[in-house]
Amino acid sequence: MEHHEFNIEGGDFTRAGYASSQVKKMLKQMGVDVAIIKRTVVAAYEAEVNVVAHAYSGAMYVDINREEVKIELRDQGPGIEDIEQAMQEGYSTASSAVREMGFGAGMGLSNMKKNADELHIESEPGKGTRVVIRMQLNATTGD
Amino acid sequence: MMTVADIVKALNLKVFSGAGGLDREVSGGYVSDLLSDVMGKADAGQVWITLQTHKNVMAIASLKDLAAVILVSGYKPAENTAEQSEEENIPILGTDKSAFEVTGELYTLIK
Repeated sequence: MEHHEFNIEGGDFTRAGYASSQVKKMLKQMGVDVAIIKRTVVAAYEAEVNVVAHAYSGAMYVDINREEVKIELRDQGPGIEDIEQAMQEGYSTASSAVREMGFGAGMGLSNMKKNADELHIESEPGKGTRVVIRMQLNATTGD
Repeated sequence: MMTVADIVKALNLKVFSGAGGLDREVSGGYVSDLLSDVMGKADAGQVWITLQTHKNVMAIASLKDLAAVILVSGYKPAENTAEQSEEENIPILGTDKSAFEVTGELYTLIK
């Protein structure tokens, strides 16, 4: 089992996607099926962007072996008051500046749900959010 | 299959950056200015038509293995967007035409 950590700075959109691109590289190197890589990348990117768009700071923790990758994001931020409402497509609390960039359309969490094998979200309003994405890999190489 | 260079020539597009990727093959196109829409729906090898010019466009183009990005209506890429396009060899192209017009032309060309 390999472990990797990536810091994510709240508000720093110039770095958004970096952690997800590293995950993509690892999966490619392991020879994971392209369709699985594609789904993993969508789920990881949306989770990463949510930290950038909503939290003050956070990190992505990646645990990977040939069977499975677990991508966990923990942030310090405002949290989510009502997770069920946040999961609804089109619902967003993003700022107008973030929306002007084309983010905040309320599609991120549903993209995560559609693409992740397992998705777990827990949040403490006023403190932060923890998101866990699990993907089955069935990789041909790696340890 | 058509390459990005073929499209540049046929639609008379500007090449802002990422000329190293002009030989990429084009499988189709996707038109959207909502990033999560592109993230969820676009597929590898497609050309993304948009008016968004910031660096996250390239993050998505790279993660999704898109063939190229076409900026419409005379929009130009931000400096750090063009830089990442060079690094990734994913071309950013441009046109003065609207998304409607250039999409119609591209669709006719590759359908």
